[in-house]
Amino acid sequence: MSAQIPEVRSTDELREKWMKPEVITGSEILLRSLLLEGVDCVFGYPGGAVLYIYDAMYGFEDFKHVLTRHEQGAIHAADGYARASGKVGVCIATSGPGATNLVTGIATAFMDSVPLVVITGNVVSSLIGTDAFQEADITGITMPITKHSYLVRDVEDLPRIIHEAFHIANTGRKGPVLIDIPKDISAAQTLFVPQTGPVTMRGYNPKVLPNKIQLDKLTQAIAEAERPFILAGGGVVYSGGHEALYEFVRKTEIPITTTLLGLGGFPSGHELWTGMPGMHGTYTSNLAIQQSDLLICIGARFDDRVTGKLDGFAPHAKIVHIDIDPAEIGKNVPTDIPIVGDVKAVLELLNQDVKRANRADAWRAQIQQWKNEKPYSYKDSDTVLKPQWVVELLDETTKGGAIVTTDVGQHQMWAAQYYKFNQPRSWVTSGGLGTMGFGFPSAIGAQMANPDRLVISINGDGGMQMCSQELAICAINNIPVKIVIINNQVLGMVRQWQELIYDNRYSHIDLAGSPDFVKLAEAYGVKGLRATNKEEARRAWQEALDTPGPVVVEFVVNKEENVYPMVTQGSTIDQMLMGDE
Amino acid sequence: MTIKNTIAVLVNDHPGVLQRVSGLFGRRGFNIESITVGQSEEAGLSRMVIVTIGDENNLEQIEKQLYKLVDVIKVIDLSSKPMVARELAMIKVKAEPPQRPEIMGVVETFRAAVVDVGTTSLIVQVIGDTEKIDAMIELLKPYGIRELTRTGVTAMIRGNA
Ligand SMILES: Cc1ncc(C[n+]2csc(CCOP(=O)(O)OP(=O)(O)O)c2C)c(N)n1
Repeated sequence: MSAQIPEVRSTDELREKWMKPEVITGSEILLRSLLLEGVDCVFGYPGGAVLYIYDAMYGFEDFKHVLTRHEQGAIHAADGYARASGKVGVCIATSGPGATNLVTGIATAFMDSVPLVVITGNVVSSLIGTDAFQEADITGITMPITKHSYLVRDVEDLPRIIHEAFHIANTGRKGPVLIDIPKDISAAQTLFVPQTGPVTMRGYNPKVLPNKIQLDKLTQAIAEAERPFILAGGGVVYSGGHEALYEFVRKTEIPITTTLLGLGGFPSGHELWTGMPGMHGTYTSNLAIQQSDLLICIGARFDDRVTGKLDGFAPHAKIVHIDIDPAEIGKNVPTDIPIVGDVKAVLELLNQDVKRANRADAWRAQIQQWKNEKPYSYKDSDTVLKPQWVVELLDETTKGGAIVTTDVGQHQMWAAQYYKFNQPRSWVTSGGLGTMGFGFPSAIGAQMANPDRLVISINGDGGMQMCSQELAICAINNIPVKIVIINNQVLGMVRQWQELIYDNRYSHIDLAGSPDFVKLAEAYGVKGLRATNKEEARRAWQEALDTPGPVVVEFVVNKEENVYPMVTQGSTIDQMLMGDE
Repeated sequence: MTIKNTIAVLVNDHPGVLQRVSGLFGRRGFNIESITVGQSEEAGLSRMVIVTIGDENNLEQIEKQLYKLVDVIKVIDLSSKPMVARELAMIKVKAEPPQRPEIMGVVETFRAAVVDVGTTSLIVQVIGDTEKIDAMIELLKPYGIRELTRTGVTAMIRGNA
């Protein structure tokens, strides 16, 4: 069921061809430089300011270009590609409206530290600043949401800029880098001097190796701790540190929670794993954080969805913070042992010395007891489909082995709660920005990066309508994503807040007028299936799995279902609403 | 405790760098009291001197966030060391001939200078630390200040450091 993805054509012979110093246009320089960076797939949408670039792509087959139906689809796909592969995602858009359509996607990637190189066209240099047709100051607009950006002023700078951009995007704390190329620059010719060497930039030197003294302090603190707890985040996945983390937990036997973005960074079946923390986290994780005497935060940033009310967060704990970005340390929570460095490098060094936390046996027992007493739970039903049951169905039938992408809302939380992840880069979700419209296109990118894996995209009926036009991409490229829609007929997460916090005042959440999703799929040439009870659900889902291409499966579920536990804003995380009890 | 901090930031002299730095202050909720930019001792690099008000944590975050900018090469907290800080102000003060001797008295006391004489006004230029300039302005206010412009602080560590 592979997607139609070109084999990577990075043969030595081709490489030699691309490396040849020749007089060529800025557009050709761009394409060759992308190839030299190892790019095999870009997502984009043409327009006036990038026409030279698209012209250079005419008949060009050395990488695949996916024409999405909206620039937002392109950038979320590039993002999904990057999250699921660890490689840099690339997207191209034209100036003005093309560029501004990327803004949500750039912010999404920035908040979750996803490496992207975003290429935009701009009007010709001489028109910049004149309010020319389709001009937007995209470097200015995106300055707060990019790791770095370039407005190319001279075609000769292009090879260096592209090489630097990839380096910046995918090192240190990763993030999106924008390259804005005026139209005359993509047309201009110059001698191409390929850039492949190491990048040196005076102002950019991410610190990889930690300070040894701090590591020793942590080893000591572990030996003394009675209630140690690990809070691991997306940094574990991004650094490739999951094996080192596993080893760290194996050696210390410290219980561990993984944040929303950390899911998959540690196997969820492990007995020391306590589930996700925070607003919709487990009872165990939230209590464990609050009662711990040593909280070891690894590649996570104390997001407010995790900490709840900061005043009163982990009140008894000595706080250890391991992060590649020094600015995260002490930003939200005062830190006792700061460790700046790459998570993988830090953990590998720690693993050389660290020993079992011997004083924590009672604590381990306590945590097991909480886990047994209060796992995630819901009241199942035989008359209506429960969304949690649907996620469990997906989990059981795929043995946790799929790549799951989600949109934002209740379904996202249920997917995080009930799907069990065993591998890193199997979970693609918009955490920091919480971007509706992300789920489906990001699955296209994830599938392009992993042609042979099963990719499931779980969406709400609301968010699905924000980028559903990309069904066309699945159809024409035969991208076999299984697109799940959890249809509760409302903006579910908003409904939940309105019920619990705004006294059942259901203001503007009714999604009446939604399309018939089965027909919508069919209109694009994608198979569509619908299920309204368990039996139909099992059958439809099996049919989806058995179908080689893309499939939309709509599960019509109970409208009133809420996500529990829930920590409302202004509460500490041990003050959870538990739902049914 | 909130205090005034003076930091020097060595940056690449690239277009948009001032926007990156000032934008960072804005979106992180850091306060800028003044910002000055100009050439540094090294070609291709500029030095910004930023006066900001905040507590110690704030200052630490500012430094760390600044270092995240690819164009920032070095951040120095000047106010933690003995420093010389100066700004320049020009004050156009109403000055009919009868008031002039008095105004000249103030100017001399402050070792300021008159850099322009109009029929009913003078431009006074004063250089010094912020307090000195504040004091000078207070003294000139009764005569009527028509226009006032200050450069903001630029600063350096004393001695060989
Ligand atoms: C672009 C965007 N707009 C608005 C929101 C606010 N929001 C968060 S969840 C949600 C409801 C999502 O509804 P649906 O897609 O049906 O998913 P459900 O919660 O029902 O699973 C909304 C509107 C958002 N996160 N992103």
